[in-house]
Amino acid sequence: MSRLSKDAEFAASEAQNREFLVFSLGEEEYAIDILKVQEIRGYENVTRIANTPEFIKGVTNLRGIIVPIVDLRIKFHLDKVEYAGQTVVIVVNVADRVVGIVVDGVSDVMTLTPEQIKPAPEFGVTLSSDFLSGLGSLEDRMLVLVDIDKLLTSEEMALVEGTSA
Amino acid sequence: MDITDFYDTFFEEAEELLADMERHLLEIDLEAPDAEQLNAIFRAAHSIKGGAGTFGFEVLQKTTHLFENLLDHTRRGELSLRRDIVDIFLETKDMLHDQLDAYRNDEEPDQEAFARICQTLQQLAREEIGQELETSGGLPTPPDAASSQTPAPAASSEASGSEQAPDAPPGEQVLVVALLNVGEKDRGLLVEELGQLGEIHDTHGDESCYEITLVTNVSRDDIEAVMCFIVEPEQLQIRAAAHQGASPPPASQPQTNKAHASSPLSPSSQSDKPKAKKPKAGGESSSIRVSVDKVDQIINLVGELIITQSMLDQTVSELEGVSHRGLLNGMSLLQRNARDLQEAVMSVRMVPMDYVFSRYPRLVRDLAGQLGKDVELVTEGESTELDKSLTERIIDPLTHLVRNSLDHGIETPEAREAAGKPRTGRLTLSAQHQGGNILIEVIDDGAGLDRDKLLAKARESGLSVFDSMSDDEVWQLIFAPGFSTAKEVSDVSGRGVGMDVVKRNIQGMGGHVEILSRKGKGTTTRIVLPLTLAILDGMSIKVGSEVFILPLSSVLESLQPSRDDLYAMAGDDVVLKVRDEYLPVVAVHAAFDVEGAKTELNETIAVIVQGEGRRYALLVDDLIGQQQVVVKNLETHYRKVPGVSAATILGDGSVALILDIAGLHRLSRVKKEAQRPQRTFNDFASTLHKEGEPS
Repeated sequence: MSRLSKDAEFAASEAQNREFLVFSLGEEEYAIDILKVQEIRGYENVTRIANTPEFIKGVTNLRGIIVPIVDLRIKFHLDKVEYAGQTVVIVVNVADRVVGIVVDGVSDVMTLTPEQIKPAPEFGVTLSSDFLSGLGSLEDRMLVLVDIDKLLTSEEMALVEGTSA
Repeated sequence: MDITDFYDTFFEEAEELLADMERHLLEIDLEAPDAEQLNAIFRAAHSIKGGAGTFGFEVLQKTTHLFENLLDHTRRGELSLRRDIVDIFLETKDMLHDQLDAYRNDEEPDQEAFARICQTLQQLAREEIGQELETSGGLPTPPDAASSQTPAPAASSEASGSEQAPDAPPGEQVLVVALLNVGEKDRGLLVEELGQLGEIHDTHGDESCYEITLVTNVSRDDIEAVMCFIVEPEQLQIRAAAHQGASPPPASQPQTNKAHASSPLSPSSQSDKPKAKKPKAGGESSSIRVSVDKVDQIINLVGELIITQSMLDQTVSELEGVSHRGLLNGMSLLQRNARDLQEAVMSVRMVPMDYVFSRYPRLVRDLAGQLGKDVELVTEGESTELDKSLTERIIDPLTHLVRNSLDHGIETPEAREAAGKPRTGRLTLSAQHQGGNILIEVIDDGAGLDRDKLLAKARESGLSVFDSMSDDEVWQLIFAPGFSTAKEVSDVSGRGVGMDVVKRNIQGMGGHVEILSRKGKGTTTRIVLPLTLAILDGMSIKVGSEVFILPLSSVLESLQPSRDDLYAMAGDDVVLKVRDEYLPVVAVHAAFDVEGAKTELNETIAVIVQGEGRRYALLVDDLIGQQQVVVKNLETHYRKVPGVSAATILGDGSVALILDIAGLHRLSRVKKEAQRPQRTFNDFASTLHKEGEPS
């Protein structure tokens, strides 16, 4: 009996642990739910689309599907936006869509326990806390956990039909 | 394997059967009903009943049972068909469809509707035949034709028709089920299924003929209904076993006692049966059902293959020819094969127009009845093929046009007679290929459009019209939003929403609508559509360093404009004079903010384009060439972009945007409004002003 319940307990805590992909934007570290990530690729061959917000870099061909590319660095008003060797595109699946986001680099995959995830405080205009699922504390590091679903389908991203003015 | 696995198959088959039934009901000649058609209707009801019984869809089974009995009387000539009876039958068919839908959605069908339809059918039976129909969900038990009848040849022992003569009284019976040419795997399944229906006593035989002796109280029909989901009817023979004298008919004289001495129709019905079954069965075995998703996936992959192939082609073309001859030959072979493959795959998506047209006989019949008009529907070119996605989207606009023709076009019989026309109006639906397009026409021989009435109505609604407008322009008025000349709003049409929606839908599919009409003679509405949406003939152009695709169908010509032909107008607009015609000019680089584009007008190229009836000149840097491109939707993962209709992938793997000609014109207007103090392009306009207009 006890063995069984222990196993169940273990499974439960296991289930609550979540894995995140950690990426950097400038000096800051952000993380998104790994289950949303489809793949990581280099930044190349993006076709510009006119009359769109600046952070929408355009569209690219991902094995036959046309995928929009968003530069989160521009969206978050980072000072330095350059396209170098480290610059990568994280291809994510949100709301049945495929979207690529440009980041400065991908560092690692982290498992966070529920205890390590702190609620996000109310702050910033640039990144409303609506789009955060919390802050991850990891020894001396702090990860900003981005709710990528909410962020990419939000009105201000103008990625999805009918949500933008 | 669970029996519920067969549900979907049953639903699909039942749906087809119902569609079949409707078609026959509509086609049937009331004066001299074709025995074959009556049989077909009966068979459809019967098959559905069998399936419904097997799967325990009680309401459906009971309804079809009543229906089947009535049909049986009809078939035997005991009940003669009239228009109102056919109406009841059609209603029953609709009800069956509703019940089927309910079961499909795991719901119980509407009991009230069920009770109502049962009552209607019963009443019909009482009035017409003078006898009540038995309501039990059991077997139809016509008088046992018994073994005194002439033994039919064993070869005709197709079990499908055996409903008339259960050989044993209901209850336990011994049947021999023979499977002809059934593979081992299916055989196992069938034996298992049979095991659930009764007790299996003996199995023997080989692949060509495998016999199973079964003791069961399930009727032969039901057994057959279950088996038919796995094997073709031809592969199946069910007969009563000559087994310990348990069952009256001897084995040498199997279940083919189909004769009904009482029925004048029976000889023909008997001989017709195998004949009628065959084509359907043949059709099934030579085609397979594949989900559209799978087909689309294949099309996508082939599209990718073509792109990869042209990428390779580009690389290989830079190689020196002599030492790489083998490679070059291989490449050209690959190219040919890839194109053939693409064509073959695209043709999979094509469905005949019959798919669309077949839904109109019922609509026309119902509407004509409602409006008190006599209308004959003629369809032409049903076999013309069109992309599946287009056929689905053409149905709504076409339905609207058909309704309009019936309501406004074709006159009442009296009015027609007064006008010296036959009482029965004629509505023709036709489809034909013309180049890369398909022409779909809705032709009525009704009153035609009334020019004066249209003009008067247009003035009333505040549209700018004048008497000198050409007929074509006047006809186009009916596409204006909110435009309706109907004096009263009827159930059928005349609310003024509609024609504009029709036009928009068709333009959305990349087509356009034309109207030809002569007062008193009738109206023809012609829809011109591209054959497929997936591939487009495009012209690639270059602006700055960016490549765009123009749909070739909207390109009229291209020319190098000279400064003398350009005129500034109203501040910052420019028009181009082309052979005595002044066309507005839209510069791609201005509309799309392309950097590094040519702004010197004598260096640019003007492409004259036409979209949504608007013609203008598009300024581009260079023409690259013509090519077929695979159209990729931008909205799947992104959103609609003004001035862009879709995207495609070029030979080098990069994405190019396909321009929306009409949308681009709108975009350029909006942009000009938004940024009055203009940039480069309009600097030109001001320079023109400064220089004064060239003579």
